Amino acid sequence: MLELKDIHYNAGEKEILRGINLVIGEGEIHSIIGVNGTGKTTLAAIIMGLNGYSPDKGRIIFNGKNIIDLSITERAKLGITLAWQTPANFEGITVREYLSIKKNSADPKKALKLVGLNPDLYLDRVVDENLSGGERKRVELASVLSIKPKLVILDEPDSGIDMASIAAIKKMIRSFKKMGASVLLITHSEEMAKIGDSVALLCNGKIVKEGNVKEVTEFFKRYCKECDHIGEIEEEILK
Amino acid sequence: MNFDYSKEFQAMIDAYKKAGGNEKVLIDNKFGSIVINENNVLGKNEINGFHVKHESIKEGVNVKIFIDEKVKIESPIHLCFGMLPKEGKQVINSEFFIGKDAKVEFLAHCTFPNAKHIEHIMNSRVSIGVNGNMSYIEEHYHSESGGTLVYPKLRGEIKEGGKLSEEFRLTRGRVGILNIDYEIEQDERSACDLLTKVYGKKDDRIEVRESLHLNGEYAAGTAKSRIVLIDNAFGNVLGEIEGNAAYTRGHVDCHEVVHGKGARAASTPKISVENPLARVTHEAAIGRINKKELETLMARGLTEEEAVDIIVRGLLK
Repeated sequence: MLELKDIHYNAGEKEILRGINLVIGEGEIHSIIGVNGTGKTTLAAIIMGLNGYSPDKGRIIFNGKNIIDLSITERAKLGITLAWQTPANFEGITVREYLSIKKNSADPKKALKLVGLNPDLYLDRVVDENLSGGERKRVELASVLSIKPKLVILDEPDSGIDMASIAAIKKMIRSFKKMGASVLLITHSEEMAKIGDSVALLCNGKIVKEGNVKEVTEFFKRYCKECDHIGEIEEEILK
Repeated sequence: MNFDYSKEFQAMIDAYKKAGGNEKVLIDNKFGSIVINENNVLGKNEINGFHVKHESIKEGVNVKIFIDEKVKIESPIHLCFGMLPKEGKQVINSEFFIGKDAKVEFLAHCTFPNAKHIEHIMNSRVSIGVNGNMSYIEEHYHSESGGTLVYPKLRGEIKEGGKLSEEFRLTRGRVGILNIDYEIEQDERSACDLLTKVYGKKDDRIEVRESLHLNGEYAAGTAKSRIVLIDNAFGNVLGEIEGNAAYTRGHVDCHEVVHGKGARAASTPKISVENPLARVTHEAAIGRINKKELETLMARGLTEEEAVDIIVRGLLK
């Protein structure tokens, strides 16, 4: 499905990503865990092809095709999409319109129900700051669902929201898998990362550990939460 | 009911429908309406408390609209103004007299669907009596040629306790040249809200002046505009409010969005107070289309043009 090969990205003099290699299979939930500032959001932006996020080196292979030169729209048309950590607000656009922006979008009512929002209460609301953080994140996931993607990149879907919304979001992530879509789940929460079928730990722009979910999340909890992540993780600890 | 069932009338009805109007309201006895093409009043329907006097002049129509005292008209009165030919000039000198304690809503559709070079001059005078209430929503539909020149001029007075809500929308078709000039005098405890929404493209030129004089105590008003400019369009907005009496409250709110290298925008809020107990504020912003909004829609599979269009339509809704 998705393969990242030796992705490097610099912002000016600073190396943000330093040789990322990653494989995500079809229908797999793959978590990327790391503390703030390790390059997680940059990685999401590079896969989606956002403006200003062209890697300095490396290849992104999606279903056998190198997509490095494709635009955001072209990548989206292949089935890749991204839900931002803080979703954008859209003045004047209702939830109904937002969930129907493409001709072949799924039924907005069904999409809302799947994220635990009552369509009667939300379809005519505007996608702006009057939605709470949790409501806005759920609407974002409904919008992702409505376009029937093949690969969903979720950037910190659990940040800044209440527990009830977190439960709904976890359920939604599992529904993506049931639909056959792959999920790249970016998080700094080991609880959220545990949804993944596999986990990679990102530290200072490099994947330093990956594989077994329990093992990697326990490692993160023990060594990374209090780390200032300025330097490399010592080889001894990684062993 | 006084209708001229000519092809001309039918063509105006069709244009009205194309501009987003519900054509049934123009031929239903229950609704007040006026239909004007060039210098002809093609049809009008007066209902209880709503009266119209009109006369044709060389290049347009003089029309006086009266709403009787204490009459509250439940359904909106529909006005359909426009020109079907490709070229020409239309001057509409309109006067609105809203009686004491009366309440009315007007929905005006101005259509120039075939314009190559059309000049439309709208000189309006509005007089709202004590505690009278008037809402006026004006929606324009122009051709894609850019050959429409529109000069809406409004001079209004609102008596004690009266209210005026005026909204101008030109978000479909090309603008061409638009020069809005509104100026309202307000007596005590009156309220006025002016709102302009325009979408400029190619080499459209947009000038907006919204001016409120809060002359009576407790008078309140807002002068608000939402202008989107793409390609090489230019927009210039002057929002002006004077707080001339105690406890007056005014706010100027101008938001312009530019997209594309050639689009240019200017905004000047001008506020003043003559009384230390008056309070007038302003906010003005000129910016680009939000990058995250754009990229979010593109990440759902829309092209940049499609994404811009959706964002703009939301802003101008």
